[in-house]
Amino acid sequence: MNDAQAKLTVRGLKVFFGQFLALRGVTMDIAANEVLGIIGPAGSSKTTFLRALNRLNELTPGTRVEGTVLLDGEDIYHPACDPVMLRKRAGMLFALPVPLPMSIYDNIVYGVRLCGVRTRARLDELVEQSLKAAFLWDEVKDRLRTSALRLSGGQQQRLCLARVLAMEPELILLDEPCSGLDPISTARIEEALTALKARYTIILVTNNTKQAARVADRTAFFLMGELIEYGPTNQLFTTPHDSRTDDYVTGRFG
Amino acid sequence: MRLPAKHTQRLAVLILGGATALTLCVLLFIIFVVLKTGLPVVNLHFLLDNPRDMGRAGGIFPTFVGTFLLPLVAIAFALPLGVGTAVYLTEYTRETRITHIIRFGTDCLAGIPSIIFGLFGFIFFVVSLGMGWSLLSGGLTLAIMVLPTIIRTSEEAIRAVPYAYREVSFALGATRWETVLKVVLPNALPGIVTGVMLSIGRSIGETAAVIFTAGSSLRLPRSVFDSVRTMAVHFYILAREGISNENAYGTAAVLVITVLLVNMATYWLMHTFIARRAR
Amino acid sequence: MRLNTETIVEKALLLVALSALMSLLLIAVFIFKEGVPFMVKVGPGAFLFSSEWEPQNGLYGIFPMIIASIWVTLGAMLVGAPLGIAGAVFLNEFVPRGVMRVVKPAIELLAGIPSVVYGFIGVMVLAPLIRAHLGGPGLSVLAAAVILGVMILPTVMSIATDAINAVPNSYREGALALGATRWQAVHMVVVKAARSGIIAGVILGMGRAIGETMAVIMVAGNAVRAPGSPLDSVRTLTANIALEMGYASGMHRQALFATGIVLFLFIMVLNSIAMAAMRTRAGGR
Repeated sequence: MNDAQAKLTVRGLKVFFGQFLALRGVTMDIAANEVLGIIGPAGSSKTTFLRALNRLNELTPGTRVEGTVLLDGEDIYHPACDPVMLRKRAGMLFALPVPLPMSIYDNIVYGVRLCGVRTRARLDELVEQSLKAAFLWDEVKDRLRTSALRLSGGQQQRLCLARVLAMEPELILLDEPCSGLDPISTARIEEALTALKARYTIILVTNNTKQAARVADRTAFFLMGELIEYGPTNQLFTTPHDSRTDDYVTGRFG
Repeated sequence: MRLPAKHTQRLAVLILGGATALTLCVLLFIIFVVLKTGLPVVNLHFLLDNPRDMGRAGGIFPTFVGTFLLPLVAIAFALPLGVGTAVYLTEYTRETRITHIIRFGTDCLAGIPSIIFGLFGFIFFVVSLGMGWSLLSGGLTLAIMVLPTIIRTSEEAIRAVPYAYREVSFALGATRWETVLKVVLPNALPGIVTGVMLSIGRSIGETAAVIFTAGSSLRLPRSVFDSVRTMAVHFYILAREGISNENAYGTAAVLVITVLLVNMATYWLMHTFIARRAR
Repeated sequence: MRLNTETIVEKALLLVALSALMSLLLIAVFIFKEGVPFMVKVGPGAFLFSSEWEPQNGLYGIFPMIIASIWVTLGAMLVGAPLGIAGAVFLNEFVPRGVMRVVKPAIELLAGIPSVVYGFIGVMVLAPLIRAHLGGPGLSVLAAAVILGVMILPTVMSIATDAINAVPNSYREGALALGATRWQAVHMVVVKAARSGIIAGVILGMGRAIGETMAVIMVAGNAVRAPGSPLDSVRTLTANIALEMGYASGMHRQALFATGIVLFLFIMVLNSIAMAAMRTRAGGR
């Protein structure tokens, strides 16, 4: 694939935390409307890579980034790029669901309101749309004004997904979104992701290789801050080029 | 002779427990004495009447009002400054030389005795800025005095807000300031209110910083430029100048009840806040 | 546009954050501006070490007040420190949590009682007792020390409590496992580990005591002379300021600000020691 088609172009991306080199130069392309799975053992800097794509790493003091990341050909680390605008285009779902301590409704329109959307009808519409897309609408439509903290863990994570979708981002970054969830909730989230692929580019970091196999179009394998290899999910799982990948996906370590 | 360890322990616990019990008794005794001598004087007329003849007769209504107005003015200035400082220290900067200096300054300010605040308030607000003995001079002096309390409690409350909330807010495209306004401060509110209550409690009982800045007029203030007398100052003047022991006792009783109520409300608030955080 | 708002907000908050520091500087500048010219004129030696305080005759010696402040403060420490430390140790180590939850806030209420009320108790109860049983005028160093001791007790206790709480539980368990009784574990291990925090609490309490004004005015008697016995009436630095501020003017008023400077310096020294002690604790952990 060439650069013109890629949604995201990553070239030589390095992230330092103080003196520590956490991400050791990653180069890859991510196409529009694909689900890219990222797998690898704990501590392989998958999350750091993900957070480099919406510049969330820089909230940690002492972080330094080298290399380039182009989103639709624009360098997101260019001084003229506003990280706030970038984060609106790249929504993120965290490992643990973090509903803000406010109502379900207010959670979902949190980001949208910040963008200046104020009309009631438009907000209502967004809430309904995004809750439906996250397969949560039926469960909560009668209690949108109650506290989001009262939802179950699985519902909370879908609420967080809906909150991201309400922003109408181009990119959805998911950081092990199912690690705290039971199998049924996990299935719900996966179902939602598959349906969302048509409209978004999705990057899914997961500890669960099976989840990557189920959901991802292509999969990348990270180890110790390095991108070992990436390719179509089927190929990566059946005929990997690197022996370390083979060891990991066949469960010999990690 | 060495006592066996078991006996030493029993003796130690007895002494420590005795000391603690003594402390507790002193507290109860103080409250008891104040209420016993003062309560017979206190009734609705005492609370709602104007003092007559320098406070020799009549009630304490204007001082009651002054006691509440002065802390209000103080909080109006100290709250934005204190919370702003706390927000800056927690959200906008890492530990640097500047934050160290700010923290050091806050600690020093907290240690300054109230009479120095009184001296300063008098020479700066009353004399240099020409505000005279007034609600404003007294309020500003108290504001500086309670600023360290508000900064510290707000900072603690803000730090207790989970980091994940901020992360989510940033990830949803909020700026730092939006995150502070919409997520951090609303969640830190109970702690901030606790700091405000502590400050009000301290201001109500304050005398030395107030008497030289707010003055001691017995009339109800019409504006912030009018002098006021608080209950603490009223009590001090009545007792010290031997104007009326009875009314002094009554004032002390009302003052102590007010302070205890404010402090108990603060404690209750702190308690529910901590309980909520633990959940 | 939004980035601009952010920079403006950040700059504004920095300004706000400097308010405490600015207030401190302003206080120092104004007190010194009033007091230093006076000290220069009278001479620091005559001001600090002469015993004649007769403002109407141009005599401004605050030596008796300095001595009185030191006596009263040390006395307050003798009363408040043991009680405060005992309370902290007892409530943290020997009492079920439920009891502590009731007793500790009750004692903290002591800190909230206005100082004029303490003065009132001193005048009504303590001074007559001293006069009847020990002699002297009653309003005395002793009365002031006892009242101030009770007033600083909550300060000592709450800081000592923090220090004791900060001692890791493994220390206690280690000592108990070696066959120590609870008390041995507490006084040989816990109190030793919390020592610098406890000292900081005592010193901060002393700072409180030396700066206390209204209660002292009411119970110390206010005679301008160096005390010969704890039963003598004395005037502290704070009392000197508060008593005469109401009518002083000119040189006299400046003399009171100069008294304020001396007090300010005392407090700064005490607080620096306390902060250093607390830092040792923080660094030692």
